[in-house]
Amino acid sequence: MGGPAVSVRTSPDPVAEAPPAAPARRLRGGAITGSRWFPYLLVLPLALVLWGYIVQPMLATFFESVGENAGDNYTGFLSSDGVAQQSLINSILISVASVVLCGVVGVAMAFLLRRFQFPGRGLIEAIILVPAALPPLIGAISFQLLYSETGILPRALQQLFGTEEPVLAVSGIAGVLVVHTFTMYPFFYLAASAALRGLDPSVEEAAYNLGASRLRMWRTVLLPMLTPAMVSGALLVFMTSLASYTAPLLFGVDQTMTMQIYINRTNGDMPLASTYASVLGVVSILFLLAMRWYEGRRSYRSQSKGVASHRREVTNPLGRWLAMVGSLVGVAVLLAPVATIGLVAFSRDGSWTTQVIPSEYTTENFRTIVDDPRAFEPILNSLTISAVATAGIIVVGVLIAYAVRRLQFVGRSLLDIGVMLAWALPGTVVAINLIAAFSTGSVFSFGQVLVATFWIMPLAYFVRFLPMVFRSTSAALAQTDPALEEAARNLGASWPRAFLTVTVRLVLPGVVAGALLAFVHGVGEFVASVLIYTSQTEPISVAINNSMYRFEVGTAAAYGMLQIVLIFIVMLVSGRLERGRSSRSAKEATQWAG
Amino acid sequence: MVEVRLDAVSKVFSRSGEPAVDTVDLTIRDGEFFTLVGPSGCGKTTTLRMVAGFYFPSAGRIFFGADDVTRTAPNKRDTGMVFQNYALFPHLSVAQNVGYGLKTRKVRGAEARRRVDEALEQVHLAGYGGRRIDQLSGGQQQRVALARALVIRPRTLLLDEPLSNLDAKLREETRLEIRRIQREANTTSIYVTHDQAEAMAMSDRIAVMNGGTVQQVGSPEEIYRRPANRFVATFIGRSNVLELPAAGAGPEHVDVTGPDGVTLRAAAPSNHGLSAPATALVSVRPENIRLTVPEVAGSLRATVVETEFTGMSTNVVVDLAGTELHVAAVQVPAGLAAGATVGVVLPAEHLWVVRP
Repeated sequence: MGGPAVSVRTSPDPVAEAPPAAPARRLRGGAITGSRWFPYLLVLPLALVLWGYIVQPMLATFFESVGENAGDNYTGFLSSDGVAQQSLINSILISVASVVLCGVVGVAMAFLLRRFQFPGRGLIEAIILVPAALPPLIGAISFQLLYSETGILPRALQQLFGTEEPVLAVSGIAGVLVVHTFTMYPFFYLAASAALRGLDPSVEEAAYNLGASRLRMWRTVLLPMLTPAMVSGALLVFMTSLASYTAPLLFGVDQTMTMQIYINRTNGDMPLASTYASVLGVVSILFLLAMRWYEGRRSYRSQSKGVASHRREVTNPLGRWLAMVGSLVGVAVLLAPVATIGLVAFSRDGSWTTQVIPSEYTTENFRTIVDDPRAFEPILNSLTISAVATAGIIVVGVLIAYAVRRLQFVGRSLLDIGVMLAWALPGTVVAINLIAAFSTGSVFSFGQVLVATFWIMPLAYFVRFLPMVFRSTSAALAQTDPALEEAARNLGASWPRAFLTVTVRLVLPGVVAGALLAFVHGVGEFVASVLIYTSQTEPISVAINNSMYRFEVGTAAAYGMLQIVLIFIVMLVSGRLERGRSSRSAKEATQWAG
Repeated sequence: MVEVRLDAVSKVFSRSGEPAVDTVDLTIRDGEFFTLVGPSGCGKTTTLRMVAGFYFPSAGRIFFGADDVTRTAPNKRDTGMVFQNYALFPHLSVAQNVGYGLKTRKVRGAEARRRVDEALEQVHLAGYGGRRIDQLSGGQQQRVALARALVIRPRTLLLDEPLSNLDAKLREETRLEIRRIQREANTTSIYVTHDQAEAMAMSDRIAVMNGGTVQQVGSPEEIYRRPANRFVATFIGRSNVLELPAAGAGPEHVDVTGPDGVTLRAAAPSNHGLSAPATALVSVRPENIRLTVPEVAGSLRATVVETEFTGMSTNVVVDLAGTELHVAAVQVPAGLAAGATVGVVLPAEHLWVVRP
């Protein structure tokens, strides 16, 4: 987990989700203000922000990594006997395995839910994204509590079969893969599901009619047509797995890129941490570019009109029965992580040792985290940091989206790429970048050292979650006809007035949805925080992690429940906001601009 | 290539219980161009899809020649289907689309290339083999779909409203093309359409369907001149169906009393079963009714309700003793306008008794 967070509405969805939006009409600078320099006046500060807090810190990390011994740190990646190369290989292997597993699960789920009608289908479809919506740390913890050697399921099976050892327990890399599969298959599921929805069923029939067997039809028609969706799904899963930090942390897989960054940083070897961060950053950016390139290619949409694909009703009694049982198991598996956290949140700290589920229950955990000032502090910290970051994100994100969508200026795509960089960089790398850039005073920190202060926290959140507001605003803008703003100008409104009373008003639901999402991701943030927090700025996720270390599982879960409840509230609210707009815009909200 | 026979075929979709197709018996002769025509929801597409194998009948059997294909999978039937939306594979080129069926039939290499080129030439798309599907116009896509269905030399060619996505002019050109190509290949063809004019123009024989049942099977001329029942009479062309009391009957005619009390002799099918006191349904085509000045002997007096000039003819709606009558007149009496009184002549040789 970590890196680009998987979430219901913001996952940067692959091409197949919607056909590329028709390029929004852009206003010429002159049409807005009468000065063709106007766009640059607006864009310059934005460009400076992106440069100062995203690009320049990345370069600082690179200079840090080559600073003392001119690149010696990089030779580790070339020699076969060493942690460096092994970590890179592990990270890549884990990512490849995650892609395969997520691909199988996600595409299979998409087929089941899109092509068949069976009892329980609607319920499964409603909750299919729940595991992926959990905050990264608490999500990974829930899988640990469920499936590791000390987890509920292996112990329950052990008791059931009376064996010596827990049954089906996952550990190490297998554990990481379980977490990745459950939290990242939506990338494939959403892509394949959208592609299947857009697929014309008569194309399949045509293949059968021409004599193709079922197997041949799959091989020559269905799979090739799903390829664009699968490739973009694969790229996303690969990137996200590469950035994953909490899963290797909890399942003790030290030799991955993200873990090495963390370990070297905590050991005080900043140059080496920077080296890992630079390599990981470069790989992530390469994947970002690959994705951009691939998204430019066409996807296969149905060319015919008015043909809906039919779900095949499962009619044979055995099939229905199996489907029912399968659905129940599916619901249980999908809800198990949240249920586990909910259950454990009511367990007395220290009481759960070798039992299948905790033996003593109490509401004390919740009282503690609210009443005890020291326990409440992380909550306050998280809310404050997220609020500050979100405020900044709204201002900068909305303006960048506006500039990219509506203004014509040299370097427009650079601005776009700047925001995408923020999205592509793993949280761990973002943290290292900020440490490298702001461990001494800089122009962008007004000469202050930011490391080990409060301000580096909201700054990290700002960088990580800026893309969310940018993307949702940009989608909302694509839905809003520029002629409306021109009409306001025609009726005598100044540009700021027209912008505020017309454009801002119309894109407000999109902005609010994006801002809520950024805020809630801030409250759940762990990956970057753990590298830059101080005891005064400890956020919730770090408090959860520390509680876990002190075996205060109940308290940790209680904090986790808080995050989960917040997430579901936000999902509900933004669902409402989305419904206010057209379904098309909801689709576009998941897409990158331009 | 083969005779297609539907033997009491019914299809009930599980959800409703109402049969979509109800006991359809049809024999499509070898090499014939046969059309299923009817309003939407009449079961014509369902029937075609059962022949293609996309639905299995709930009852009845389907034969291709001597082969019982009732439960045969669609890919084993050797039919070539042209879909309403063409269903071209968007990820394959034009030539690959056309060659798809050859590949499944293990026709490879030079032979496959030759046949693909031939098929493309046949539909006037020679040289388009390398194009992507989305680089073609609607009419071109339609022809690729046709070439793809024909290149495999199927036992039967199935066409599911293939012209409905084309504009009017292209539709007429393409229907001539389809018919030409079908005649050249002499492939048994089943064509589905809701457009009765298209059905009349293209078909050797037509089956008119309504409510899941076949109303009448016959040549276009038979169906037009001798409609079996009121539905066929009004669906094919726009016939006037008059309810007139029968005054007497012969084996192949019925004498009916016209609106002015004059007895008219209408031809009737041999088993019409009508006799004196019954009401006969008499169909008369708009173009067979003559308009005259009111005084002409043998004409009925009627009032003009509405006129519409279409160029070729004038459509006139007249009120004949409380019944609205549609008349398509090539020549109309001078000064004809709504409210005018005209004479209407119902020529006995064009009267035809239909069933309800």
